[in-house]
Amino acid sequence: MKYQSQKVAYWYFLAAMALFGIQVLGGLLAGWVYVAPNFLSDLLPFNVIRMIHTNALIVWLLLGFFGAAYFLLPEEAEREIWSPKLAYLQLIILLVGTLGAVGSYLVGIHGGREFLEQPLWVKFGILVAALIFLLNVSMTVLAGRKTAITNVLLMGLWLLSLLWVFAFINPDNLSLDKMYWWFVVHLWVEATWELVMAAILAFLLLKLTGVDREVVEKWLYVIVATALFSGILGTGHHFYWIGLPGYWQWIGSIFSTLEVIPFFLMMSFAFVMVWKGRKNHPNKAALLWSLGCSTVAFFGAGVWGFLHTLHGVNFYSHGTQITAAHGHLAFFGAYVALNLAVFTYAMPMLQNRAPYNQVLNMASFWLMTGGMAFMTFVLTFAGTIQTHMQRVIGDYYMEVQDSLSVFYLMRFGAGAAVVIGALLFIYSMLVIRKDEVIAAGPVNQVPGE
Amino acid sequence: MAEILTKSRARNIFYGGSIFFVAIFVALTVQSHRYVVQTSTSGMELSEAVIHGKHVWEKHSCINCHSLHGEGAYFAPEVGNVMTRWGTQDSPEDAFETLKAWMEAQPSGIEGRRQMPSYDLTDEDLRGLAEFLRWADQTDTQGWPPNDAG
Repeated sequence: MKYQSQKVAYWYFLAAMALFGIQVLGGLLAGWVYVAPNFLSDLLPFNVIRMIHTNALIVWLLLGFFGAAYFLLPEEAEREIWSPKLAYLQLIILLVGTLGAVGSYLVGIHGGREFLEQPLWVKFGILVAALIFLLNVSMTVLAGRKTAITNVLLMGLWLLSLLWVFAFINPDNLSLDKMYWWFVVHLWVEATWELVMAAILAFLLLKLTGVDREVVEKWLYVIVATALFSGILGTGHHFYWIGLPGYWQWIGSIFSTLEVIPFFLMMSFAFVMVWKGRKNHPNKAALLWSLGCSTVAFFGAGVWGFLHTLHGVNFYSHGTQITAAHGHLAFFGAYVALNLAVFTYAMPMLQNRAPYNQVLNMASFWLMTGGMAFMTFVLTFAGTIQTHMQRVIGDYYMEVQDSLSVFYLMRFGAGAAVVIGALLFIYSMLVIRKDEVIAAGPVNQVPGE
Repeated sequence: MAEILTKSRARNIFYGGSIFFVAIFVALTVQSHRYVVQTSTSGMELSEAVIHGKHVWEKHSCINCHSLHGEGAYFAPEVGNVMTRWGTQDSPEDAFETLKAWMEAQPSGIEGRRQMPSYDLTDEDLRGLAEFLRWADQTDTQGWPPNDAG
């Protein structure tokens, strides 16, 4: 840790990991309700469990991004954060908002647009926190060194914060509601978040591999160019069947197919940098997460996204378990693994210690990644059968669901592996086991012996 | 390749290209907005009841179990075409009666079956919800879903 104010990131990462725990436990609970539908149905209905699962995910990923920005900007800009106090204030606002939202969900107070269920006051809190954040990071960068990494990161964070405005725009016309809703949802995860992801990944690879900055930054611009060129019009793949014009079927199919490119480039970039790099960085777990992130993102977001993005396919697969399969692997690969890579890299420095517990950490990587991959496969099989029975043959929804129960049982098992992996990861970050610490040897009292 | 594509050129392509695609996207959005209002949803009036029904739908977060036009949680049936499935799309009164009977029968309590919670809805709420679902059903969704099963 070169700059004192980087310490801010520590508290962001802690809060993010706590919510990560809540998120995966919520997911496990939802997975169990699929297996045993009567479980908790009077106390905690499925819609509330799912709300907590998705909202906790989004908030902890954002906390991770904010923390990552506070961690890497001082190093990139070569100066302290403009105002650490504001950074803490921002974190407090976000935590109060999050706890407020979860509390309201539990007593049945929530909005009804998917992922944007937060009560209005929480939405405003998020807006205020975002503005504080933008002010803070922009002032830090403006007075310091400007690099491609800071440019792209700031652009991503500014745009995603501005898009939050659409969380407040809810037209009475359902089709318009859906169209503008995607301005937040799609343009976050398939455009602006990709800028954040590419910038953070570039920073990590720069540090871990020691490759020349010029090379890394040129790659970065090429990757984010392909991300936005494909991702902006790629929004069209959500506009096929919600009441929008038919031309979106062609625009959406073509541009969302191109959305595979930035993910392929990020994966190639990561591996090429590691090949080229001469540095033997001691934090192998951070390297594993960085490579794993880009690889699983390519499969989850790229390949599984392409699987059902062409409108001729999507006509049948839209809104089935195929979507759930893609959603899980894409979020895990692109954004969960990215955040865990940052935590793995930064937490030892923030705690002033060597990167301990690497074997545990790497075990958690394989548990989570293996679990997620298995979950994706079983949901893809379930979705394929569902698509055929329901959309081609025309069997009714509940009958089809009953015949998928074996897949939901396997999905629960896969989810349990992910939860164990997540808890193991958090343990490996926070607990220092005694046998990891190697004390300095005794000082030789008698020289020359 | 390395000499032609310098870092500053890559940066300029990124900024220039992004502005270009944003401009196209904004233009298509404006056109789509007008299309929705004038064509695809114009088959039925966006009445007070429909708007009230949308608020009922949102207040109880139905989207986190059901899907509507294929978007939602996939835990419970698609409702974008439920009025067609029930054969009540053309009759507001039948739509209301059927929906009311359905809602009052929840939760079914059947062991091993997904449970829909019981909601305390007034007749006005139920009428609104029925109208909202009829309104959603009449939307021109490019022929989706493929069949009445939803």
